[in-house]
Amino acid sequence: MAAQKRSAGARAPLLLVGTRKGLFVLSGDPGRKAWRVSPPHFLGHIVHHAVLDPRDRRTLLAAARAGHLGPTVFRSTDRGRTWKEASRPPAFPKAAAGETGLVVAHVFWLTPGHSTEPGVWYAGTSPQGLFRSADGGDTWQGVEGFNANPLRTAWVGGMQEAPPDGATLHSINVDPRDPQHLYIGMSAGGAFESTDGGARWHPLNRGVAADFLPQPDPEYGHDVHCLRLAPSAPDVLYQQNHCGIYRLRRPAERWTRIGEKMPKAVGDIGFPMVVHPRDAKTVWVLPMDGSTVWPRTSVGGKPAIYGTRNAGASWQKLARGLPAKDAWWTVKRQAMCADARDPVGLYFGTTSGEVWASADEGRRWRCVARHLPHIYSVEAAQA
Amino acid sequence: MNTVLIPSPLRSYTASRAQVHAAGTTVAELLGDLDRRYPGIRFRMIDEQDGIRPHIKIFVNRGQVRRLDAPVGAGDEVIIITAISGG
Repeated sequence: MAAQKRSAGARAPLLLVGTRKGLFVLSGDPGRKAWRVSPPHFLGHIVHHAVLDPRDRRTLLAAARAGHLGPTVFRSTDRGRTWKEASRPPAFPKAAAGETGLVVAHVFWLTPGHSTEPGVWYAGTSPQGLFRSADGGDTWQGVEGFNANPLRTAWVGGMQEAPPDGATLHSINVDPRDPQHLYIGMSAGGAFESTDGGARWHPLNRGVAADFLPQPDPEYGHDVHCLRLAPSAPDVLYQQNHCGIYRLRRPAERWTRIGEKMPKAVGDIGFPMVVHPRDAKTVWVLPMDGSTVWPRTSVGGKPAIYGTRNAGASWQKLARGLPAKDAWWTVKRQAMCADARDPVGLYFGTTSGEVWASADEGRRWRCVARHLPHIYSVEAAQA
Repeated sequence: MNTVLIPSPLRSYTASRAQVHAAGTTVAELLGDLDRRYPGIRFRMIDEQDGIRPHIKIFVNRGQVRRLDAPVGAGDEVIIITAISGG
C-alpha cells in the first residue's frame, strides 16, 4: 500500500521560491531528500509569488517588480525555461479628469482558476485589487465588482490601516465545486465571499477579533493574514488572522477561534497557514511573536510548526530538526506550503533566506537551502 | 525622431541597447511610440494614472520633466534615468 502511494505521487517535486531578489526553483529527487537550487530568474526583481498551473503543469506565472520599475507578471509556458512578460499586467482603470485613481504598487498573490476554466487566473494586488486573466496570464482585467464597488473604500479603510509593506488582497480561493464561488482575504479589510464570479461580494468576518478597531464585532476591516479553503471539504475554511487562528464551516457565517487551544506561551499569531490536501481536519501554522510591539519572529527564538489533526481541538508542536534556540525567524504568509504527496511534504522559507522541508507532515525538518535572499513565497509543484 | 537613452533596468525591452529612437511632440506621445517599438516598457515607467513612477526621472535636453504633456522638439534628446534606491 505504501509503495503504491509513493509511486502514485513520485514525480520530482519543485519548490518555487519568490524572494526579494528574484525567483529560485528548488528541484527535489522523488524521495524529497536531495534538493538542487536553480540560478535566479529575474535577478534583482522582487518576486512576491510564483505559481505553477496545476491544470497543465507547464504554465508558470511570477508576480514581480523591480525597485525602480512598475509591477508586472512574467509568464512561462515551459516551466520556467523561457519567459514572456504579460502584455497587459494588472492595472486599475484610468481615473476621470480631476479624480485620483488607484495605482497597483505590486502584484502580491496569484491563484490559478477553476479546473473547468483553463487559462483563467486571479491576481491580488497592493493596494487591494482583484484581477482576472482568461488567457493564461497574458492580459488582466479588473474584477470591477470588487475594485469599483462603492463600498470598497469602507471595506479596506485608509492608508493608516495599511501594513508596513502596503495593504494587500491575497488568499484568493476558488471553490473546486463551483468556479463562480470565490473567497478572498485582505490586509486590511477582512474575508469576503462572492457566489457570482466576483460581481457581488459580502464580508465574512463575524466572530473574528479585530483588536485594532473600536467596534467589538465589526462587519469588516479585519486583518486576514492567510485564508485557506480545505481542498477535500470546500465548506471548511481556516484563517490565520492578525488576531488568532479561526475555523468556519459553511454555510455558517461566524468563525470559531481554534487558536485558543494553542499553548498560551506561544499564542496563536502568525502569517501562513496550510491545510492538508486530503484531510480537512489537519492544519499547520507557524506561530510568531505577536506580543508588545509585534516582533513577528519565532517565539522566544525557538521556531516550531504547530499542527492539529482534529480541526483545532488540540495542537502538537512539530520542531524536530529545527534550531532549538537563537533562531529569530520570520515566515511570511505565502512562504509555507504543502505538496500533494502521501505523506504530505511541508515547506517554508524564512526572511533570512533559508528553506526548510519535511517529508513526513512536519515530524522531522531539514534545511534544504540557505543563503537565499529574503523569502516572500514558497509554492510546491510537481514537475 | 528623437534619441532616447535607456537605463540598464529597462534594456531588457530594447535588446540591451542603451540608445534607441522614438518620435513624439510630447513626452506622452514619445513614450507611446517607444512602447509600440518596445512593448511593455512604458508601464514599467508610467503608472496607470499617467504618473511617472517614483524612481523614474525623465529629462528632455537635460531638463527634468514631471508631466507627460511636456513638449518634445524634433531632435531633442530624451534621457530616462532610474534614480538611486537602496536595499
